[in-house]
Amino acid sequence: MNNTFIIAWKETRSYFSSPTAYVVGAMFLVLTGVFFVFDITRPFAEASVRGYINWATLFIVFLAPLLTMRLLAEEQKLGTLELLLTSPVRDWEVVIGKYLASLVTLGVTLSFTLYYVLMLFVFGDPDIGPLVSAYLGLFLYGAAALAIGIMASSLSGNQIVAAVVGIGILLMLANINRIGVLLQGVGADVISGLSMDAHFDDFSRGVLDSSHVVYYLSIVVVFLFITVRSLEARRWR
Amino acid sequence: MIEIEHVSKYYGDFPAVTDISFSVGKGEILGFLGPNGAGKSTTMKMLTGFLPPSSGTVRIAGSDIVSDSLEARRHIGYLPETVPLYTDMEVTDYLKFMGRIRGMSSNYVARRINEVIDIVNLGVYRNTHIGKLSKGFRQRVGIAQAILHEPDVLVLDEPTIGIDPIQVVETRQLIKSLGGEHTLVISTHILPEVSMICERVIIINEGQIVAEDTPEMLATRLRGVDRIELDVKGPSKEIADAISAVEGVTDVDHHYVQNGGHTTYAVSLLPDLELRSRLASAVVTGGWELLRLQSVGMTLEEIFLQVTTEEQIPGVIGAVEEEAQQG
Ligand SMILES: Nc1ncnc2c1ncn2[C@@H]1O[C@H](COP(=O)(O)OP(=O)(O)OP(=O)(O)O)[C@@H](O)[C@H]1O
Ligand SMILES: [Mg+2]
Repeated sequence: MNNTFIIAWKETRSYFSSPTAYVVGAMFLVLTGVFFVFDITRPFAEASVRGYINWATLFIVFLAPLLTMRLLAEEQKLGTLELLLTSPVRDWEVVIGKYLASLVTLGVTLSFTLYYVLMLFVFGDPDIGPLVSAYLGLFLYGAAALAIGIMASSLSGNQIVAAVVGIGILLMLANINRIGVLLQGVGADVISGLSMDAHFDDFSRGVLDSSHVVYYLSIVVVFLFITVRSLEARRWR
Repeated sequence: MIEIEHVSKYYGDFPAVTDISFSVGKGEILGFLGPNGAGKSTTMKMLTGFLPPSSGTVRIAGSDIVSDSLEARRHIGYLPETVPLYTDMEVTDYLKFMGRIRGMSSNYVARRINEVIDIVNLGVYRNTHIGKLSKGFRQRVGIAQAILHEPDVLVLDEPTIGIDPIQVVETRQLIKSLGGEHTLVISTHILPEVSMICERVIIINEGQIVAEDTPEMLATRLRGVDRIELDVKGPSKEIADAISAVEGVTDVDHHYVQNGGHTTYAVSLLPDLELRSRLASAVVTGGWELLRLQSVGMTLEEIFLQVTTEEQIPGVIGAVEEEAQQG
């Protein structure tokens, strides 16, 4: 476990000393900022984050894989994985450590958007419940997206491939409910049940349902598990 | 300390290493010699647990590298041939990270980093980004991380490549000084390096061990024919005949050395005969002036070529295989 934190610390430092995290974070803030302003300056606007928070999930779909693409692909490309995996650390410690670093970066980025919330309090009187659930939902959504991103990063030594694969999987998983509605019966429910966006609706509406939390955490666990497996498989090639 | 038994490695269908077995005792320095593509790096990757063998077993300090991997890896310091480093980190940060994931306490790491930086002469660059270092200095960082945690087993894949001649000498001395306490496996193409630092050499070719012994014994055992060189003043033809007449001599080559005023005779003889005194008396009896008489072993280069090229002297490899089976 100690190794996990050593790796997480190293990766977090490396995030904050390279331009990637700043560029990705700035993009996210600019985009969400623009949509926040649109939303709040409409006539009869309500003091809530509902409008922009749905857009924020879309930006996460595109930006999370950019944040994680480096994590394992670069290790493979530089060959540093050889030293990492011949050190007495377990594969899962490497994966979780790196994942935690990306999670910290996400958390820092999201915390900057609390500025919008502050504005709402200054100029309006927002409900606290929906705010909290929206941010919890956004963080879980991001956590799931990062897990998918790191999985994509484990596949090869190519960061572009990692980003494209990550965004591809995320786009599919986010929007699969749109296919779901075309179908009927149980199939439709199952497919919608897999969709990251469908599970987000309640959060943005201010409804806290533990099944959604479980859903996002399952995505995290499943994809981190695949990542560990993919690292192991790499050795057998 | 290191035991390798019947290890093979296939990349897909391609056999990179086939059925090699050897062991390295505590404190021993083993040289791994072979032409490009022989399977040296592949073997080292299996030794360090990066690649699992397709078949066979590797044990480090009694722990199996596959089934008890973590314990085995605790004993290893490794320098891969590509010297992979995090280019966005500073030297000391990097070393600190490597030390910590190998289970060193932060105090111990901090102390050791200073020692290690001194050992590899990196002082000036201790706070430089690794990406900005020249090849040779990166190599030194690579060596530094390998020895940082004072591992029992050091696996160095071509450790002196890219280092300047002065530093090479120091690095070799360093490696040599590490033997005794540490068990070392070193791969190299540089033959003098092997005879300089290794106590034992394994020559590998096309994934198989073709020779194994001390550098000196290898020379003796592999030459099959022994050679003695003599410098003599006098009539070349007669002297050559006199030398040929000595029992055990199989061949005499001679050439006149202009500025010495003498002729050098390269005498081939049957192995394991002590003919020096008889050769000397043959020359002296003839009344010629003997200037020099010397046993010349085959150089490691010659042995290397001999065992790794197709035209091998029959019997030589047979002898080695016999030995390998006994050992
Ligand atoms: N990842 C790989 N996939 C397929 N073949 C490989 C791979 N790595 C090495 N090989 C092949 O295995 C053989 C042995 O390679 P290896 O790197 O062990 O040689 P080496 O003895 O270290 O050579 P060198 O002196 O050039 O470093 C070579 O023929 C090489 O082409
Ligand atoms: Mg090699």
